Formats: sequence, C-alpha cells, structure tokens
Amino acid sequence: MHEYDNIIIGGGHNGLICATYLARKGQSVLLLEASNTLGGLAASREFSPDFRVSVAHSLSHFSEAVSKELRLADHGYSPCGEILDTVGLSLDGQHVVVSGDQISGVNASDTDNYGSYLATLKRFAGALKPFWMKTMPRIGTTRLSEIITFGHLGAKLRLLGKKDMGEFMRVATLPSRDLMDENFDSDILKAVLSWDGLIGSKMAPRSPNASVLNMFYRMSGQHDGAHFLPSGGIKSLIDALHGAALAAGVEVKTGAEVNRVVIDSDDTGLFASGVELSSGEFIKSACVVSSADPKRTFLNLVGARNLEIDFVNRINRLRSDGYVGKLHLALDSLPKFHGVDNPASRMIIAPSLDAIEFAFDDAKYGEYSESPVMEIIVPSVKDISLAPEGKHVLSAHIMYLPHALKGGWTEAARENLYQKLIGILELYAPGISGQIIDGEVLTPADLETTYLNTGGHWHHTELSMDQMLMMRPTYEAAQYSTPINNLYLCGAGSHPGGGLMGGPGHNAAKEIIGTKKKA
Amino acid sequence: MTSSQVDIKDPFAGERLKESPFHPRQALLNLRDAWSSWNGYKFADYYYDEEYEYFCIRNSCATYDICPMQKYVITGPDAEAMLNRMVTRDISKLKENRVTYVCWCTDEGRMIDDGTIFKMGPDRFLLTCGSPSLAWLRKSTFGFDQLEISDVSDSLAALSFQGPTTCEVLKKMGLVGIEDLKPFCISYFSLGSDDNNRLMVSRTGFTGDLGYELWIEKAYALELWDKLYAAGEDYGIQPYGEAATNMARLEAGFIMPGMEFNEALKTVHYQYDQTPFELNLDWLVDFKKPHFNGRSALLEARDQGAEYTLVKLDIEGNKPAEESFLYSDKECSKEIGYVTSAMWSPVVKANIALAMVMTSALDGDIWAEIYYSKELRHHSKVAQCTFQTHPFWSPKRARATPPGLY
Repeated sequence: MHEYDNIIIGGGHNGLICATYLARKGQSVLLLEASNTLGGLAASREFSPDFRVSVAHSLSHFSEAVSKELRLADHGYSPCGEILDTVGLSLDGQHVVVSGDQISGVNASDTDNYGSYLATLKRFAGALKPFWMKTMPRIGTTRLSEIITFGHLGAKLRLLGKKDMGEFMRVATLPSRDLMDENFDSDILKAVLSWDGLIGSKMAPRSPNASVLNMFYRMSGQHDGAHFLPSGGIKSLIDALHGAALAAGVEVKTGAEVNRVVIDSDDTGLFASGVELSSGEFIKSACVVSSADPKRTFLNLVGARNLEIDFVNRINRLRSDGYVGKLHLALDSLPKFHGVDNPASRMIIAPSLDAIEFAFDDAKYGEYSESPVMEIIVPSVKDISLAPEGKHVLSAHIMYLPHALKGGWTEAARENLYQKLIGILELYAPGISGQIIDGEVLTPADLETTYLNTGGHWHHTELSMDQMLMMRPTYEAAQYSTPINNLYLCGAGSHPGGGLMGGPGHNAAKEIIGTKKKA
Repeated sequence: MTSSQVDIKDPFAGERLKESPFHPRQALLNLRDAWSSWNGYKFADYYYDEEYEYFCIRNSCATYDICPMQKYVITGPDAEAMLNRMVTRDISKLKENRVTYVCWCTDEGRMIDDGTIFKMGPDRFLLTCGSPSLAWLRKSTFGFDQLEISDVSDSLAALSFQGPTTCEVLKKMGLVGIEDLKPFCISYFSLGSDDNNRLMVSRTGFTGDLGYELWIEKAYALELWDKLYAAGEDYGIQPYGEAATNMARLEAGFIMPGMEFNEALKTVHYQYDQTPFELNLDWLVDFKKPHFNGRSALLEARDQGAEYTLVKLDIEGNKPAEESFLYSDKECSKEIGYVTSAMWSPVVKANIALAMVMTSALDGDIWAEIYYSKELRHHSKVAQCTFQTHPFWSPKRARATPPGLY
C-alpha cells in the first residue's frame, strides 16, 4: 500500500494549485517544500528586520479560472486589486504613463496608434487565450481530445479573418523592436511596451523568437496584461492558495527538501514510487508530481541514467540561465521620484530600446550590464504591513544579469553592481541613497541557491518558440506526464509557462486526474 | 623554371584514404588493385579473386583486415552501467575475458548499429562496431561521470583470421593453448619481440566458421602479419576482402548494415530503419533488464508485432535473387517483401537469400521474381522460396573446443 496518492514536490503557486485540485478529487496529497516558507519566487521574504518583499512583486496574468474554482476569495485573495499604471521614467520628468488603454507623455501620432495597436494585440491574445489553460496536443497524437485542441487552435486563428491571421503569423515571432518601430515614435514608450515581452527571458528587443508571443501570454489575464496588486499584496495570494490547499485536505510539509525521486521497475519499465528527503526519510506515493524545473526534476531528482538518451540530452540542452536579478531596499521614508507624486505605479527605467539592447549585450557575453534597466515597485505604498510605520520597501527587477558572471559573483562584483544601481536610482529619485536603511541584491545565482530553480530562471526554462506549447519543456514531457511512469511535471517549465499564472499546476492536475480515471 | 623543378605538394593530402597498419603487406598481395574504402581507410574488395578468397575461408585459412572497424575502450566504475543502459542486452552477466554480440537503439527503438562488447577487466570494455559511433557514445554517457572513452580505432590494429585451419596455424605460430580458447572468449599472448607487444586473441568472427580475431597495437601489426603468414604458408594463408566476407557472412546468416538494416541515425525516411524484432534479433532484447534505451518503444513494438521479419530463404534454381521482390503467388500479384542479400552458396550448394517478408505472409507461399542476364540479354523467372530456420552454414568446428584437425 502506498502512503499517499500523490506527492507534490515544491510549494510554489503551481505546486499548491496542483495539490489542491488533486485533493479536491478526494486523493491524498502530500506537498513537500524545501524552504520554510511557501510560495517559491512569490514567497514573502524578510530581507531586513521588519522589511518584507517577494521576488515576484506584481501580478499580470494569474488565472481567473483557478481563482474561482479554488475559491481563493474565501481564503483572502481579492483578484480585483488596483491596476498599476506603468510609468516609463524620464530624466527630465516628462514621463510616459500607460494606464490601461490610455497613454500620456507621447506625441499625438503615438497616442492614436496606441489604440489600434492595443486592439490588435488584444485580438491576437484573445485567439490564444483558450489554450493556456489546456493540455497541448502531443505531436503525432491519436487522442481525440488532443486532436480537437489542434483543430480548435487552427480554427481560432482562422477565425481572426484572413488579414488578421496573416498579421498574427507575421507578428508572433517578430523581434519586439520591429513591432515598436512600426507603431511608435517615443523611445520610452517603445521600451515600456516591450518590457513585458522581454523580462524573465534571455531576449532583448532585437531578438527574434517569442517576445511578442510572450506579450500575448501575459495578456491572458483579466486585465489584458496590465499589472496589478491584490489588496493584501502578493502574500495574500500565496496565503489563499495555502488556505485552499489545507481546506481541500492537502498535507503540507515545509523544510522538507526532496533529494531524489525513488524509481522502481516492473515489467513495463521504470516508475516513480515515492521520494527520498535530504533527511534520509523515504515517503511512498502512487504518483509523484514535480513543480521543480525540468532540469532539476530529471537530472537531479530522477537521474539521467534512468531516462532515454536523446530525451535526457534534450533536457540538458534546455536554456535555463536566468538574466533577471532583484534589488530590495529598506527605506526610512517614501522615495521621491522626480516628477512622480506618489510612487504607487510600476516604474520602468529604460530610456530606449537601445538601452535595453546594450544592457543585454553586456550580459550575453558574461558581464553584468554597465547601464542596467529596471522595473521598480514600492509595494509598501499599498501594503503597509511590509515595512514598519512610515518606512518603505523598494523592489526592483534588474536586467540583465548573467547567471554565470565572468569571474563569478564575488563580493566585489555584487558591491559594484549595488553601487551602480543606487547610482542610477539617484538620478531618478534624488536623495534616495540617504534614505536607505538596508538593501540586498539577488543575482540569478542567488535565486537559484535560494529557490532551487535551475539557472535562477524566472520561468524555469526559456519561454521561447522551441520551448513553448507542445514543445514545453520538450516533446515527450509536454503533456505533464514523463517517460517515467507515475511521474508528472506541474511547474513553470511546463505549458503554458511561468509568471504567477497557475496554468501548469491546473493543467497537470487535470491530466493526472484524467489518467487515473482511465486506469 | 619548368614544372619539373616545382616541389609538387599533394593538394588533396588531407582527403586521401588512410592506410591500415597492414597496408604494406596487403598492397603487395592486392594483385588486382581492387581497393574500395571503409571508414576512411583504403580497403580491399578482393585481392586476387573473390571466389578463391571465399574458398580459402571455407577450406583453409584467410585474413581480413578489420583495422577500419571502430573500436572504443570504455573504462571506469560507470562503464558497465553506461553500456548496459545503451545496449538492449544485459551485459552485467558478461564475464571477464568474454565477448558478446549486442545492438543499440534510439529512444524510439530503431536500431542504430550492432557490434561486440569485449569485457577486458571489471571496469574495462572494448566496443567494436562498423560505423563511427563516438557521438552517440558521448550522448549516452551523459549522467555517467565516472568513465572515460578512448577511440582506439586508429591505434589498435586488428586482423580477422578465419577458416578451418586457423587454430593449427596459430599453434604453429606459438600461441600455446590456443586450442582451448572457447567461442566468444579472449586470451592474451606475447609475440616475443618486446614486453609491450601483447596480442589479444578472441575466438570471434563474421564468417560462421572456425576463426579468431587478433588485436595488437599498430606498431606491432607488421610483426604479427609476418609471423602469421610464415606460420600459415603451408596452409595457403591468403588475405580476403569485402566480397568474400559478404559471401561468408550471408551463409552464416549474419546481417550487414546497408544491406539488411539501415542505421537509424542515418535514416531519412520515416521508419525506413528497423527494430531488432524486424531483424529477428529478439534474443538480443532483454526485457528483464529494467531500463535500457528504447525499452518502452521496443515493448510496444514487440506487443504490436513486426510488420516485416527478416528471414532466410532457400530458393529453387541457381539464379541469385539479388534485389528481388517477393510475392505470395506465382503470378506475382501480391507483393509481400524484398530480398536484402542473395547468392549461390558453393558450400551449401543452394541458392540462398536473406529477405524482409511481411510477418502476416510468413505462413504462405513465397515466390521470388528474379531478374538475371545471359550474355547481355535480360531474363526473368519466378522461383519458389523455402523458409530456413537455421543458418545455411554452421559447421560443428565453429563451436568445438578444441577444434578438430584439418
């Protein structure tokens, strides 16, 4: 007899979501989280005494379906939090502000074009929307449900109409630079609108591949890609997911790092039969579901020798080096950005597409950017619980920082980077350096060490054409099941991908339940 | 300045065929200059006459240069586990100083190549095969850190020595106790000129007859050749080439890449490669082993049954059924397969062939449509084929230890 029907490896949002769906079907579920806090990259982090923040600092496309089906509202999550304006900071204070379908700070032509640009993108994003929360069909599938999905996808694109379908095919893999240059004049506006297609990936504005497709993905949420903060902050989402999991009967263990997936064999081949914790404890389970990234799951937890030769070489080839770092500052008062009354928005420091491109050029050759670009939020403006009264937290995503810095992330390199970042902030928020009580920089290497995501990659592995949809993370593991019987994936390395979205956890649970029904 | 004064450099030096360590001797004996190539080596189709060389294999003794064969030494604590995951057979049962025949497949269970594994020590193996396989080997080692692969294809010289009098010749050459060497076993001898020239002898071959394969560092290749040819002089020792090999191996029922199977990694058309089941190599696939590459695909293939099966055919008449189509009726209305290799076998005195036949048609009649030409005029005939379950040629001497005297 097995101890559990399911063991979920990893207590990030996808692990929690998958666990909850399975438990709601009456299955016994044990969720194991290596760290002492749930939430993965969205976990609350006390980086300085009484100052808290999470690496993921806003929401853009968290699944409404998951939110409703798991009744997250009953557990304290309010999805209708305030939409954040996105502000492209300008040194002269003439900022560009994107507020839903309104923009300001640009010329009349840009203002005009923005309307039609947004409408087109919404149409394209809408065509793809049904497919993020679905298992993608297996290549060469004979399963009727999967063939229907293929047909549905084709029909959705065709229903865009002849012109739009052609335009969709043209635009989807376009470098975002081309899309921006076609539409706009303002350098800052172009940088701001490209931002969400680039961040988290090893892509810059001139990189062809999937930056525009990434925009469509992030537009799948209820606010068409606009970022927002739930009223209780990111923490309220993780707490609600935890609450829903417990209510559904999920047993949650933190501080329980999985050392390996236990592999057994019978006539049909190898199968997962449980896990071994780093404490040495064995726990048996009929089914093991990993929300860890594909490399960690297959190479570290399962072991290459238990897999097929070409398959495991494909896993090893997955591009999983993260390029986004994090700056956290504890401030003694509200930072004053030049020309910004209240820093309650999402602020982007990227004066032009070239600035982003040059920052990428440094990083792709193993250096950190001489002039990094960044996205800043002061979450304590909305959520006073994050800092002591009157004090504030600044949270910034930094691009681009290589996971493997030439010469390594030495103390000197980190200090140099930190000073560089403060220097840039000082230009836009004069006096900020005098407000700093404490601060930390998290490089992709730090993210990997702390959150056990290979390469410190936001999305576990690049969200790029060759690693998307029925190719994510790679064929033969793209439908959540794996070549090892009873072992499933449910993390950001699976379709639809990363970000605080919940698709992988939701889709994996549906797949597992479907498989068990048939068995 | 005239052209005769110019120091002429060969502009194609890097593209010329390599010469095997035995080349100086073999070139002298290649009366017909019938060279072709194998893995970049200059390699004889035949030396004097392919039929003569074939009869040497069957009636006395002959040597075949297998230096161009690919040879990899795999050492280290992970060597066995790595090879065992790569090949379909369970080599954990292989004893030291033994050789086994293996094949390996893609993830999809399609055959990449076949070859032999020599267990030379607890953590030391020699893998030999017909085509370069280093890339696949390297892929296969991912996840196995404690091992090393060294490609000894160019440094390890090898000579296949086949025929009924080979044991006698080796005895005469001074290999004391060679008569006790059993099939698929390995033994070591010293050639005597210095301490390093250890000769490895395996009782293996590709002719289905009594025979050995001789392995030595290339520096000692000519010394080996000269000693072997001196000992074999009275036995009519003769080098043989690709043509005679192909005849002998067909009589023994051995498959050949490029004839019976298409190497999976080089196959362009979907499923124009083969599973081991199609090639009648079920016995090489050990499902008792919990994991090996292609296992789940092969399990499915086994349960589905092979669409085609490789069979041995005895065909009426004496016209080789080369490249023939096979039919289930004399009228040739229903095609059921095709011949992969065919010949008139002098030793069996039969018209033999290897063929791929639809598994569903194996119970019925098999007819071959044979095209042949007689003094420039083309003819065709339809000949009935009979199934053979055993190898066409499998003399007791190939297995007897000690082998009989000839």
